[in-house]
Amino acid sequence: METISGWGRIGAPGRQKLSEDLERLTDGAVLCRGLGRSYGDSAIPPAGSPEVATTVLADRILSFDRGTGLMRAEAGVSIEQLNRRLLPLGFFVPVTPGTQFVTMGGAVAADVHGKSHHVDGCFGEHVTRLKMRLADGRVVTAEPDGENHDLFWATVGGMGLTGHILEVDVKMREVRSPWIWQETKRVDDIDAYVEALKDAAGKFPMTMGWIDCLSRGANMGRGILMAGRWAEPGEAPKRYPRPLPRITMPLELPSFVLNKLTISAFNFGFYWKHLPREKKGITHWETFFYPLDMIREWNRMYGKRGFTQYQCVLPDSAGRGAARRMLELLTSRGGASFLCVIKDCGPQNRGLMSFPMKGISIALDIAVRDDTQSLVDALNEKVLEEGGRIYLAKDQFTRPEHFREMERGRLPAFLEARAKWDPKRRIRSAQSVRLLGDPA
Amino acid sequence: MNVIFLGATKGMGRALARLMARRGDQLYLLGIGDDDLERSAADLGVDGRAPAGVGVCDLSKPEAFGAALDGALAALGGKVDAVIVTAGLFAPQDRLESDLELCRAVLDVDFTCTVLFCEEAKRRLLAQGGGVLCVFSSVAGERGRKPVILYGAAKAGLTRYLEGLDHKHRADGLAVVTVKPGFVKTGMTAGLKPPPFAGEPEDVAARVLGAIDRRRPEVYAPAAWGPIMAVIRRLPRFVMRRVGF
Ligand SMILES: Cc1cc2nc3c(=O)[nH]c(=O)nc-3n(C[C@H](O)[C@H](O)[C@H](O)COP(=O)(O)OP(=O)(O)OC[C@H]3O[C@@H](n4cnc5c(N)ncnc54)[C@H](O)[C@@H]3O)c2cc1C
Ligand SMILES: NC(=O)c1ccc[n+]([C@@H]2O[C@H](COP(=O)([O-])OP(=O)(O)OC[C@H]3O[C@@H](n4cnc5c(N)ncnc54)[C@H](OP(=O)(O)O)[C@@H]3O)[C@@H](O)[C@H]2O)c1
Repeated sequence: METISGWGRIGAPGRQKLSEDLERLTDGAVLCRGLGRSYGDSAIPPAGSPEVATTVLADRILSFDRGTGLMRAEAGVSIEQLNRRLLPLGFFVPVTPGTQFVTMGGAVAADVHGKSHHVDGCFGEHVTRLKMRLADGRVVTAEPDGENHDLFWATVGGMGLTGHILEVDVKMREVRSPWIWQETKRVDDIDAYVEALKDAAGKFPMTMGWIDCLSRGANMGRGILMAGRWAEPGEAPKRYPRPLPRITMPLELPSFVLNKLTISAFNFGFYWKHLPREKKGITHWETFFYPLDMIREWNRMYGKRGFTQYQCVLPDSAGRGAARRMLELLTSRGGASFLCVIKDCGPQNRGLMSFPMKGISIALDIAVRDDTQSLVDALNEKVLEEGGRIYLAKDQFTRPEHFREMERGRLPAFLEARAKWDPKRRIRSAQSVRLLGDPA
Repeated sequence: MNVIFLGATKGMGRALARLMARRGDQLYLLGIGDDDLERSAADLGVDGRAPAGVGVCDLSKPEAFGAALDGALAALGGKVDAVIVTAGLFAPQDRLESDLELCRAVLDVDFTCTVLFCEEAKRRLLAQGGGVLCVFSSVAGERGRKPVILYGAAKAGLTRYLEGLDHKHRADGLAVVTVKPGFVKTGMTAGLKPPPFAGEPEDVAARVLGAIDRRRPEVYAPAAWGPIMAVIRRLPRFVMRRVGF
């Protein structure tokens, strides 16, 4: 049996079908998939209907207006291709996640957010039209305020469950130079970190940071805060930034390589490498936005059993100590996380299931072990207590009862939209089988 | 340079056309679907020189080749420096054996029709003093191999034809560039399990463009397939009978 997996490399039965012609490819398809950068099971087809329509060959830009930045692209076009082709013309995607290997379809379906959420919102907020194939075979367009706007906002963040996206219109952002002005700062503990993050949000359009989740006590949550903006032509180098070299993780590492000791050592090095408390200057856009993309297939680092990313957002109403409480839970459970990223989130948008809400988002990479399910359960219970929710693009372990409880306010409207646009639930994923009880 | 391009809508053709448009070559696209050709032309124009036009030319319909080429030539102002053919058909050996209609189509398109198209292109190139004729054949034409007996036979015939054409017309200014791709990840090979050294269309495109500019008669792409085929060409028959590739 062929298997397929998300970025976390936890396999499930499935195979991919590819074509340049999305209209033909999606006819009768159970699910679409882009570059498979969602960590969990959202781009994995249900076990009983194991063929997923992979869009990556549909990579043409159909129109681009250099005056307004409006672009129309086939759903398989990746942000990496847009960066390669349009940044030399002075345009960048309005919102980018931490990897450029995501397709337009995936960016809309997950309504991805980036370092600029507090000012730019999510990707879907910059989309002006979608062309979609519905479950009943019809091809329609949907706009944020015009035609089929209910379909539009159910699809933005709808994880592919409302129809197959064929084309995406998005307003690209004109940038004044292809370089980034970055300021970084070493912060001593989690509370100071959250303070600094909120503070930077008032001054910079882009902020994010990395924290060490292994250090305990007074040092708990010490980290590096990064803030930036596109550089002004006057302060940036005259030349166009050369593409950075990339290396490929050549093999799957044995699971024991990543343990508490090695992760601590890495975190220690990363923290103290930043010896001056503050640094500022011009940096390459790839280094700034996509540090993880430098190592292709880095997900092999987690060995055979793979890994998951746990990402939640905790609302401002939970108070500033919420992040500390989350970390305390993680450390008390002995969960070692190689990567812990904390971001600031602005208000929730109109996407019925769009992830971010006003507050902070915490993302942890967790290698799969025997106790991963119970760790995720515990984290979810904490998130429920704090009034937060999880990000479906990362999830593979959440129990349906936890999910329904977190989403009790929003889920009914989404289910209603699905009932309208796909009453037979023909379009579904391994994730929707797990969380929404769709037929396998 | 002015280029007539048959097969720019997908795969390696798409990648090569993008590279050429980006450096300022003036393309004219030939292919099957009107609408699809327009979409490809639009894509090329985003960050490259927009094609001079598009025209319908079905590689399985030789009677229309002449008119399609003339239309292209006219749109390019009567001057063409290169004609490129990436269009081709493929199906796995077992399907070709069980579906003789399909088998005939593959043999026809990849050999007879491609040769007839080249004959029409050759006459027009020679009439204006030469140029480059670049055609995608395949490493499948190098040896009789179990998984590609039928497809490989058509490509073998095509390779020999192109070689002869180059020998005959180099002196007249016409350089024939035969491209021999190894396994490349495109829609054509999407259902197959990629072997080691499987290539990306962008890598092939860069290499082929270099070969066109240098008027090299033959190019393996990606580069690794040159040495691989050198070995396969020398394998004795008793080995070829035993191996699966
Ligand atoms: C290193 C790394 C960093 C990341 N950083 C961030 C971040 O900062 N912010 C963030 O928001 N996300 C982040 N992500 C997650 C990633 O942005 C999302 O998972 C995104 O959806 C992946 O896009 P994809 O093309 O790979 O889609 P896939 O993973 O293939 O699919 C994701 C979902 O989109 C649906 N989908 C894909 N194409 C279509 C289509 N044509 N029509 C309908 N549905 C479709 C699928 O069904 C699935 O539900 C990160 C991921 C990685 C690996
Ligand atoms: N991929 C490989 O591993 C590989 C290996 C060795 C050799 N090759 C050869 O390399 C060439 C390009 O391959 P590829 O992988 O890039 O293929 P591809 O992605 O399938 O693209 C084939 C192109 O040919 C066009 N085409 C097919 N039939 C046609 C017809 N009857 N008339 C006009 N155009 C037609 C297609 O146009 P439409 O869009 O209209 O379909 C498409 O643009 C082919 O000759 C192939 O045999 C490929």
